[in-house]
Amino acid sequence: METRTGPFRRLARFTPALGLLLFLAACAHNYPQTTLKPRGDFARLVDGLFRTTVWWAIVVFVLVEGALLIAIFKFRGRPDDPEPKQVHGNTVLEVVWTIIPAFILVMIAVPTIKTIFRTSDYAAGDVVQIEVIGHQWWWEFRYTGLGVVTANELHVPVGKTVNLRMTTVDVLHSFWVPQFAAKRDVFPRRHNPLWFKAEVTGSFSGQCAEFCGAQHGRMGFRVISESPEEFAVWVERQRVGSPLVNQGKVAADSVPPIDSIEVAGRALFSGGGCIGCHALVGTPLAGQTSLKGPNLSHVGSRTTIVAGMLQNTPENLRKWLSNPDSVKKGTLMVLPRKLTDAELTLLVAYLRSHQ
Amino acid sequence: MATSVLDHAPAVHAEKTGIWSWITTVDHKRIGILYGTTAFIFFLMGGIEALIMRIQLMKPDNTLVSAELFNSLFTMHGTTMIFLGVMPLSAMFFNYFIPLHIGARDVAFPRLNAFSYWVFLLGGLFINFSFLLNAAPNAGWFGYANLTENTYSPGLNTDFWVLGLQILGIASMAAAINFFVTIVNLRAPGMKMLRMPMFVWMSFITQILLLLAFPVITVALVFLMMDRHFGSHFFLPEGGGDPVLWQHLFWIFGHPEVYILILPAFGIVSEVLPVFSRKPLFGYTAMVFSGAFIAFLGFGVWSHHMFATGMGPFADSFFAISTMLIAVPTGVKIFNWLGTLWGGSLQFKTPLYFAIGMVAMFIIGGLSGVMHASPPADLQQTDTYFVVAHFHYVLFGGSIFGLTAGAYYWFPKMFGRMLHEGLGKLHFWLMLIGFNLTFFPMHFLGLNGMPRRVYTYPAELNLEFWNRIQTWGSLLLGLSFLIFIYNILKTMRRPADAPADPWRGATLEWAIPSPPQEFNFGEVPPVHSSTPVWDLRRASGGQLPEPRRVSGAGIHLPRPSIWPAVTAVGVLGVIGSILFTHAFSHWYFITLSGAAILFYGVYRWAFEPPFPEH
Repeated sequence: METRTGPFRRLARFTPALGLLLFLAACAHNYPQTTLKPRGDFARLVDGLFRTTVWWAIVVFVLVEGALLIAIFKFRGRPDDPEPKQVHGNTVLEVVWTIIPAFILVMIAVPTIKTIFRTSDYAAGDVVQIEVIGHQWWWEFRYTGLGVVTANELHVPVGKTVNLRMTTVDVLHSFWVPQFAAKRDVFPRRHNPLWFKAEVTGSFSGQCAEFCGAQHGRMGFRVISESPEEFAVWVERQRVGSPLVNQGKVAADSVPPIDSIEVAGRALFSGGGCIGCHALVGTPLAGQTSLKGPNLSHVGSRTTIVAGMLQNTPENLRKWLSNPDSVKKGTLMVLPRKLTDAELTLLVAYLRSHQ
Repeated sequence: MATSVLDHAPAVHAEKTGIWSWITTVDHKRIGILYGTTAFIFFLMGGIEALIMRIQLMKPDNTLVSAELFNSLFTMHGTTMIFLGVMPLSAMFFNYFIPLHIGARDVAFPRLNAFSYWVFLLGGLFINFSFLLNAAPNAGWFGYANLTENTYSPGLNTDFWVLGLQILGIASMAAAINFFVTIVNLRAPGMKMLRMPMFVWMSFITQILLLLAFPVITVALVFLMMDRHFGSHFFLPEGGGDPVLWQHLFWIFGHPEVYILILPAFGIVSEVLPVFSRKPLFGYTAMVFSGAFIAFLGFGVWSHHMFATGMGPFADSFFAISTMLIAVPTGVKIFNWLGTLWGGSLQFKTPLYFAIGMVAMFIIGGLSGVMHASPPADLQQTDTYFVVAHFHYVLFGGSIFGLTAGAYYWFPKMFGRMLHEGLGKLHFWLMLIGFNLTFFPMHFLGLNGMPRRVYTYPAELNLEFWNRIQTWGSLLLGLSFLIFIYNILKTMRRPADAPADPWRGATLEWAIPSPPQEFNFGEVPPVHSSTPVWDLRRASGGQLPEPRRVSGAGIHLPRPSIWPAVTAVGVLGVIGSILFTHAFSHWYFITLSGAAILFYGVYRWAFEPPFPEH
């Protein structure tokens, strides 16, 4: 026979402690992709709205689940108890519990609609204009005004709004940068807006959020927020050999220095077939913007490779180049032929020299 | 009309046995059991797929399964749970209990009912057969174009998905027509619409949703099939098509589908709570109209699945408001359930545990739903584990808890045996704890940056802790179902000795023996309210005599037929043949063979006398 200290009650005693523990554990860690610590204006707008809904949800949760618990304990009956009073309903109550939730929803709907109209369109004014292009499975960034083309690492100047005009060359993706903005999907032959102003410097993590095929799980990127001076230096360096500046042509004496690695590397890069998919300063197709793979003109200066999957170290680069499919199964990066050890060493040195 | 009262039914309606009797059966109760058994097996397969995913995600950079296999697992997990698990589990209860609840002999079209089941079975086998060819669908249960087009999904994987869903859609449509007509036309005298049990009401609304939503997915799937096999470009931007069109079509189906999955569970809980509170459902009329209102609004909220697609501020605002509005009638339901419990004399049997569990968990799913009804907030939450948490609270915490309540509640009626109470409660506690350990931390993971549908995650994202807890929780959840299975197997070995009415039930099925005789009712009791058996009980001073088995002489029952199953094979042949368009040029011979079987089946079915000749 059930008694009044049933398992429901025993569990109820632990609930507050358990809830607190869960809450503390949820806050204790540092999550590089958290939405809960906004560091950009767009993310901050969204966060404010989220917090409004969370508080209302907690209030409703406590009241309704509390009423349920009270009912469970208060109205526990025995099989031989007399039939309880047969109540069929109450019109006043029905009206009350229709109106109160409707009121709460209005409290959420009003700030929601205000925020919708502030976040739907492109940013106006003095902005850094960037084209974001999704590829299976990496991100391309083109700074149209500044003449920079790069991949998987979005450099932004702190305190200045960046305006993203986003599309894809293949399937749908979703560009998600949780601490600065939020996400928006990208579609072929269509452009979607997103913008944000970074409030702090540092390296921040983001990744594709719309399922896009085999390696959707490995389509990450970094947003590197830096001081305006650092950003200007970065832009100057990236402009060298950019397809958007003088069609990728550079003066013969320009960086990088023409040494033996550069000469042999170029020959291997062109002759080995890399050139079919990758633009790289100093190679014949450096000015192309429609090649399949990322532009590698300054690959040595990036902190990560393979769409944020690996740190950009010589060992990782070598691992990747020796067999891309074993690192990222299904990757569209295909080696025309297997590279020899000597070729791998040369190619790693060559790519890393392009800072 | 029954004339003689006997302890044992004579040969007129003797129990039929053997495989052939099951293949040719048109008895709604047997078809219900077929649906339930088949769906439960598919449900376990979907569960195993989920457990493999959970073990893969237990630690960062895990390599237990490949990216490709993981993508197949989540695609098939979603597809299986929705189309092969929860929908047909609901169909089990529709089949078995709608006729009993409304005092009917059978459904309106018994052979069409058998046809629905066989099409469902063949569709489910077809889509799972892909695993044997190493070509399981892998583009998500939502099948977003243009990823599902030939360019990006060559191979049979997506074809199995498109064609399998098309086959399953036929089963759902046929069943929906059948139950709709049954509820409208076959109610017992005195059972006005507003006296129907709430389960029948919610089922009725579900059939309307099915009838209106499935044609949309059918059209979308035909478009996609045309794109993949016959050179059209409905969803190909390079040919003037638009992948966003797929999303609109899919979610115009997909959102009502959510209510197709949850409303039957609402109905079950609305039956269980009053019986175990010994008090009628609070606010019957409000419950009916809130259900209808949810269904109506359910067709006006589809784009809340697409807030990140950049629809513009006006569309976003419209769909935000319509989505928030749907929380009002849903709240009305929850408050009325509370009102039903309040002041009752709660009998804590296993069905009540699960029904209360359903209400408690569904509240959490409803609240997180309101959070992403706000489009800007949704721009962070969509496509993350936050959403995975939300819909598991709705579909597992809601639908599965509700269906499990129904299973414990109606098991004695269906099989004449009481499930073990202690094991049932153990099942409940393990399921409740396992469920919350598995799905509650997903809220934290989503908000802290874990996207959906990723086969692994890097260690630096710090997501391991909650993922580990979730994996342990999911194993506990698996264990709870093992206990359920053990309980069923153990109970089925005992003699069938359950009373007709073990719970003091309110609805007509409790007025007949357990399990019911083939013809259901020798004599339909009078119906004067939505709780007719309670009326009888009061009229007889609180105790009802155990109903006797009656002879059923003179009752005409439709005769068994093989033609629904044959026709179902024809449907499989016609639709399945599209798989071969790229494989060999004379693929249409398979289509024609399927069509021949289909037409022959329909022909024999049409000219078969529905009742045995005397």
